[in-house]
Amino acid sequence: MSSWAKFAMLFLTVLVSTSWVMAMPEGLDALGRPATEHEVSAWDIDVRPDFAGLPPGSGDVWAGEETWLAQCASCHGDFGDSNEIFAPLVLGNITEEDIASGQVASLKDPAVTRTTLMKVPTLSTLWDYIYRAMPWNAPKTLSADEVYGLVAYLLNLGYVVGDDFVLSDTNMVETQARMPNRNGMSLDHGLWSVAGAPDVSGSSCTTDCTVGTTVTSSLPAYAMNAHGNLAEQVRDWGPYPGIWTEVEGEKREATSMVVEVSETALSGSGCTGCHQMEGQLVGPSFDAIRTRYAGQEHAAYLRDKILNGGAGVWGSMPMPPMPAVDDNALQQIVAWLTSGEE
Amino acid sequence: MALDAEQGQLQPAPESFLAKDLVEDISRDGIDPARRKLLQNALAAAAAAAAAAASMVAPSLMADDDPDIVNLPSWTRSLGKPVVANPYGQPSPYEANIVRRQSPGLTRTDQSSVSFTPLQNLFGMITPSGLHFERHHQGWVDIDPRRHRLMINGLVETPLVFTMEELLRMPSVSRIHFLECGANTGLEWGNVAVPTVQYSHGMLSASEFTGVPVSLLLDRAGFDRQRATVLLAEGADGSSMTRTINLENALDDAMVAYGQNGEMLRPENGYPLRLVVPGVQGVSWVKWLRRLEVGDAPWATKDEVAHYVDLMPDGTHRQYTSIQEAKSVITAPSGGQKLLKQGYYDITGLAWSGRGTVEKVEVSVDGGRNWRPARLEKPLLPKALTRFHFDWVWQGDEVLLQSRVTDRTGYTQPSRAQLIEARGTRSIYHNNAIQTWRISGDGEVHNVQLG
Ligand code: HEC
Ligand code: HEC
Repeated sequence: MSSWAKFAMLFLTVLVSTSWVMAMPEGLDALGRPATEHEVSAWDIDVRPDFAGLPPGSGDVWAGEETWLAQCASCHGDFGDSNEIFAPLVLGNITEEDIASGQVASLKDPAVTRTTLMKVPTLSTLWDYIYRAMPWNAPKTLSADEVYGLVAYLLNLGYVVGDDFVLSDTNMVETQARMPNRNGMSLDHGLWSVAGAPDVSGSSCTTDCTVGTTVTSSLPAYAMNAHGNLAEQVRDWGPYPGIWTEVEGEKREATSMVVEVSETALSGSGCTGCHQMEGQLVGPSFDAIRTRYAGQEHAAYLRDKILNGGAGVWGSMPMPPMPAVDDNALQQIVAWLTSGEE
Repeated sequence: MALDAEQGQLQPAPESFLAKDLVEDISRDGIDPARRKLLQNALAAAAAAAAAAASMVAPSLMADDDPDIVNLPSWTRSLGKPVVANPYGQPSPYEANIVRRQSPGLTRTDQSSVSFTPLQNLFGMITPSGLHFERHHQGWVDIDPRRHRLMINGLVETPLVFTMEELLRMPSVSRIHFLECGANTGLEWGNVAVPTVQYSHGMLSASEFTGVPVSLLLDRAGFDRQRATVLLAEGADGSSMTRTINLENALDDAMVAYGQNGEMLRPENGYPLRLVVPGVQGVSWVKWLRRLEVGDAPWATKDEVAHYVDLMPDGTHRQYTSIQEAKSVITAPSGGQKLLKQGYYDITGLAWSGRGTVEKVEVSVDGGRNWRPARLEKPLLPKALTRFHFDWVWQGDEVLLQSRVTDRTGYTQPSRAQLIEARGTRSIYHNNAIQTWRISGDGEVHNVQLG
């Protein structure tokens, strides 16, 4: 029996009707209609650890690298090691011993950055997730073959497979057997079921209890303002006003209305994944763009560029087309980008 | 304290005392000398009336008088605003500080990110919908309810599709439940990292949800009671978030919800449809729900293997940790606030348990050495928030405030020391340790950990 089956048996009683299960009222069976096979396959794209649901296809490390550089590297780095947009997917720190034992030893070491590949026990997960959700700004645009290639490339970056490896629906099972952390998950806990047994319980002592009451950790004074001025984050009248944590002379300049509106439009339209106010991210900073395009005459050009994308103005990295940007947001963004430096 | 600015201020409404046709003339033709004369007369008359009124409402102030009582404020002496000035009502401008906030530097992008509920200033057991915390993995979306569908497939006799119209026609239930992210208080495993309860516990909200019981929908589809053990929930947004749900528990009290606090769900909370899995961590309450699949083995989705797994000291991860165990926190006074005076205070906070109903809450003002029971606000509902109160007099001394909940199963919230002894400090998720607030002699309240 698989470990899951044993785990499930712990809780599986016969599924009987419980307190607020409702009886099916008359006429209810007319609500809802049968889904067509085509409809089910359009949405049911999940792949289970036993590879149920996996579409046929294949891709090699080289094809994967090509897709990766074009569609993934801008956020995850050429080698999946970037920490800019998300935590690193792979760093070259998985060992032969890890692959042999199926447990990544360095997960015990607090000094080691936990990457995706160090944690993921199941190959199906990488396949399923990339197919359903990546690239982040254009999910569900990859073909099955592209996903096989991308997974092969990621495994290659982690030294799980060689440079000439081809991943396909026919060798997923044997590739799973090399997943570095395949034995790293535990179901030995009480948090799956409402009826599960807790692993820790508090004390019921109420008088003269022996507990440590020395302060072992608190925020250092310099960090008190790291979340902004606390006095402005709580009700400023009533019994508990906030502590004033802003250091004199550090007052942030009041941002103008136009800029605030645009920030909402920017994050809502998916721009802030690649652009930030100051400093280059995947794309140039908005400060740099605003300096370069101050003036109404640039509006039409920017509008076009945002909708259709393009490369070469700031470097070789392309900006993807952003056709889904809402009209109002686009108008605001362009007005703001061309409004000149604050 | 009186606001001097308000004293004796009179604000004549410029147009109310002008003849209506004069106003219309002026706005059409501008002001010519003849009309200017009329206007001056009207203004002079209004000024005289205002002066007379001022002498009536501003009698001389005696030494012990509160000017806010004796000098009638402007709102007592003026015409208020009309109905539907705000077609959708807004909080008072004096409450502008009480909003959701991000923790700077916590996430690298704003779409895979979190905003926290301002627990420090809320009352009762319900979170206003606009202050419900947010956690998105790939941004939030505005879904057209006419084009939204719910599909049920997998181990069922007939895979089914429902429109929103059909779901709103079905028998519905309304239930109050808390919704807590599994990573709530996750920043505090190793040491104190954040200043206020908003950031330490604000991935917690509670609403009255309205929707259709999952059991009814699965019955309608004719699910396979012999083989089924799990349910996959999937969202309609770009991330198409998927999570494996414990079917036995879901048949008890899970629902497919469209209502939140009497209105439709907010888009950030899954409009028009989300899964409600009482007692279970927020990530399983899949938003923008498009599909439920009945299965016989879990799916090990990305957010069940790479995240929402709890790292133990031996290097293994606990997988499918779902239930939010009993937890409580004092919300006022709490970190970042300041007590201005000595004397009576109503210490208040929240307690909840993913395994059912809160049995009791105890409060300690000496760091856990001595505990006394708190008063629980009714009703005590399963897998909902319970508001507690504790009468207390502050004498200006240093205080270590804590609260501790026990639920109906007999489980008591652990201290931080007890929790990390079992789980270490790196698991990120399911930190339900007792929280300590230190009040210093000057009344400032700080987040601290004890040892
Ligand atoms: C615009 C930026 C962006 C692009 C382009 C992008 N990703 Fe991602 N990726 C992200 C973000 C952000 C996350 C985390 C999402 C979340 O929080 O759920 C992520 C998560 C992932 C994960 C899961 C990691 C984990 O530990 O949870 C994988 C695997 C992945 N991406 C692969 C890819 C692949 C393959 C591509 C190219 C086809 C790609 N990504 C393109 C931003 C991006
Ligand atoms: C996946 C990453 C990505 C996303 C998402 C993205 N951009 Fe860009 N953007 C880029 C890159 C890369 C460039 C540089 C392109 C170039 O050199 O021509 C760029 C350039 C730009 C420019 C300057 C154009 C020029 O020709 O100088 C503007 C304006 C801009 N982006 C606006 C936006 C807006 C608005 C959004 C959101 C609707 C957005 N971007 C989303 C990557 C991105």
